[in-house]
Amino acid sequence: MAEAVDFKVIGTSPVRPDGVDKVTGRAQYGADLNLPNQIYGKVLRSPHAHARIKRIDTSRAEAMPGVYAVICGRDFPQAAHGEIGGESGGDVSDLAKNIMARDKVLYHGHAVAAVSARSLRIADEALAAIEVEYEVLEPVLDIDAAMAPDAPLLDENCFTKNLPEKPDKPSNIAAVMQLARGDVDQGFEQADVIVEGEYRIPMAHQGYIEPHACVANTNEAGQSTVWCCTQGHFEFRAMTAKVLNMNVADLKFIASEIGGGFGGKTVVYLEPLAVMLSRKARRPVKMMMSREDVFRATGPTSGTHIKVKVGAKRDGTITAATAWMAYEAGAYAGAPMGPGAMAIFAPYDLENFKVEAYDVLVNKPKVAAYRAPGAPQSMHAMESALDELARKLNMDPIDLRMKNAAEEGTQAPYGPKFPAIGLKKCLEAAKAHPAYSRPLPEGAGRGVAVGFWFNVGMQSSAEVHINENGTVTVVEGNPDIGGSRASMCLMAAETLGVPYEQVRALIGDTESTGFSNVTGGSRTTFATGMAVVRACEDIIAQCRARAAATWGVEEDQVLWEDGQATPAPGVNADIKPLSLADIAANAAKTGGPLLGRASLNAQGAGASFSVNIADLQVDRETGKVDVLAFTAIQDAGRAIHKAYVEGQLQGGAAQGLGWALNEEYIYDAEGVMENAGFLDYRIPVASDLPMIDTQIIEVPNPSHPYGVRGVGETPIVAPLAAAANAVRSATGVRIPDLPMSPPRILAALEAAGV
Amino acid sequence: MSKVQVSTSINGEEVDFLCEPQQTLLDVLRETLSRTGTKEGCGTGDCGACSVLVDGRLVCSCLVLGVEAQGHEITTIEGIATDEGLHPIQQKFLEHAALQCGICTPGLIIATKSLLDRDPNPDETTIRYWLAGNLCRCTGYDKIVRAVQDAAKELAHPA
Repeated sequence: MAEAVDFKVIGTSPVRPDGVDKVTGRAQYGADLNLPNQIYGKVLRSPHAHARIKRIDTSRAEAMPGVYAVICGRDFPQAAHGEIGGESGGDVSDLAKNIMARDKVLYHGHAVAAVSARSLRIADEALAAIEVEYEVLEPVLDIDAAMAPDAPLLDENCFTKNLPEKPDKPSNIAAVMQLARGDVDQGFEQADVIVEGEYRIPMAHQGYIEPHACVANTNEAGQSTVWCCTQGHFEFRAMTAKVLNMNVADLKFIASEIGGGFGGKTVVYLEPLAVMLSRKARRPVKMMMSREDVFRATGPTSGTHIKVKVGAKRDGTITAATAWMAYEAGAYAGAPMGPGAMAIFAPYDLENFKVEAYDVLVNKPKVAAYRAPGAPQSMHAMESALDELARKLNMDPIDLRMKNAAEEGTQAPYGPKFPAIGLKKCLEAAKAHPAYSRPLPEGAGRGVAVGFWFNVGMQSSAEVHINENGTVTVVEGNPDIGGSRASMCLMAAETLGVPYEQVRALIGDTESTGFSNVTGGSRTTFATGMAVVRACEDIIAQCRARAAATWGVEEDQVLWEDGQATPAPGVNADIKPLSLADIAANAAKTGGPLLGRASLNAQGAGASFSVNIADLQVDRETGKVDVLAFTAIQDAGRAIHKAYVEGQLQGGAAQGLGWALNEEYIYDAEGVMENAGFLDYRIPVASDLPMIDTQIIEVPNPSHPYGVRGVGETPIVAPLAAAANAVRSATGVRIPDLPMSPPRILAALEAAGV
Repeated sequence: MSKVQVSTSINGEEVDFLCEPQQTLLDVLRETLSRTGTKEGCGTGDCGACSVLVDGRLVCSCLVLGVEAQGHEITTIEGIATDEGLHPIQQKFLEHAALQCGICTPGLIIATKSLLDRDPNPDETTIRYWLAGNLCRCTGYDKIVRAVQDAAKELAHPA
């Protein structure tokens, strides 16, 4: 572990290597590729939230001029059961049914057929010519309805998993999970003060600006090349192969530039359809979702219903905490209730706790990962309850959290003991921050909350090529979603000892570089960064060997310093150091091109904690909430590219505030989403927000060569409760449910008589 | 369906194209003319990713028909840099790390240009309201606003 902090380039904020192409319109995103002979694919979507498919007649569409192929559920192979893997929970056979319905449609917008045609207009006309006969069923639209004993069933074969015994009848509860330690009854008996709260949050969408898009090109041997926007092209390849019963070797996936994902682009929707359409049409097929498709048919995150009870002694020591949490999975099992349950009490050192979590099927789109999946909802509940606890104890809310804060050696509720973590440093920084003590304007309120995310490691590969002039090409397999090429270049430059400008990073396709898991779980700078550093160390070892051979000395008599091989002290002093460029120029004579490589399954992803401070003002006439100030403090382990770490904190804050104040899936009684567009599903715009202040704390992660912790997901966790606690301060009223939209604020104020 | 011939100017070049009457300018730019720098985020005028200038006026190209381009001057993101290099707005977006995924960036740069062409010295509130039609999901807008402020300074007093 590098203790030295006098880094040459790490911690600076240079311009990203892919920057110029992204500000000039050259960079190619998912929908930006057009191939010769290309045709267009489109999807027919269910107009019902819950129905049995009785009959699909595609003959009229197939006969239309300009239509090349029509596919529906019966054209797909039976997909075997099995875990999808990666960051998104669920089963492969469910994934297959989610991208193309078989016997039942389970949400409004569920794909029932797809066509390919010469133009988008003809494709639309062909979709309208497909006849589908449905037997409409009663939809199940929220957790309470789904968990009711006599609820209509989405899946007659769904028997709750993880119970001691298989239940005797099916239900909409796909799985349960329990997590416990100590004796909560005894803990509550020891408590001087107990608070309880119940919190509901509707589904919310990742809201990436780029709709899903792909181009698939299949040849007569059945080999397909797929260009798409994805957070992980290797995993997209695996999913497509499983859904279509193909050999991964017959699928080449090329990741385009990606216009946002936040977890939502970790699963396939269009890609297997495009492969099938292209196979049938023997032409490249381009598919692009509309924004409406994105809202109706791609993974939002779970709506939740969570109850929390916390007991504490007078001095603030928490004696017991319990949580009951139900997460909407959408149409198929796999809500992030596991991480939600493991995260809820993670910041605190608790002797007695118990968590019960439920994965619940409802007739809404299947959820996908969304930035710290499951944690914002559960931690909103706990952090709101702690705010009430602090009020009851007449204690500063930061002091209350500090009193119970986890630190190095604390056993996390989910099992392991924490190594060095930065929670206490973040709390200290928050307490000392001017944003916590400055006076508030009349009518405004301040809220604080803690955020947390586990972060993951997983598999990564990297190669480092030294070009003949000593410049460096890094090849890795993680789509760059927020500046990660720049981070890779910084770590490579630091390790090799060369200027940042001499290093370029590129993302290889599935045939040109080694396997890497998704850009997700805040893993890229940590795990792929580690692979890049190891590949650079491989280069350094080779350079030392070549210098040793050139000089006729032993390898251990050669050091690597400041980007050059130098003789160790005491070795022939007349030897002139050899730079990376010198060694590269001479490579042909010393063994051929310099190629470093590393592959690993990264262990020790360090958890990242945050503290947020929000100042909000509530307009009592209209119910509108204005964000006056927001401060995000977070442990990054080590910030590799400082500005992009700040950007993660700022972007997560904005997303979390949108979730807290405005964003929600609104359904009518038939299960039709009523706000499937950016006008009515209103994400924050520039005029909704102030500047977002950040403070990066650096408690190095002992498992990473430069101390990196993932930073991408934690930032969205704390804003929900920070906002709720600020509204509580501003109005005197606890609004437990989100979003705190104007109608909800007005109703709450009226109910409270204030 | 019969196509309509349209004569227009894109980034200072005379361009003729054929389009169907219902095709949007965005669709023509991207799918017919391969000018894919202009992005589609929503197709309903809510996100600003497809912002272009028509005779200097900021519009969402998804809300303009291709045929309406007849006789007008269109400026897209591909026309912002010059022979001398990047426009100061582009340079400042890079220097301030004002993009993460970058999909909203072309639209934001076009919108910023239209703002600074009108108001060379906008205050923060003006910037935030002018850019309120351009959604960005990654940055929280902080670094975008700072880039615009710095670009305004640079344009007023070139370094």
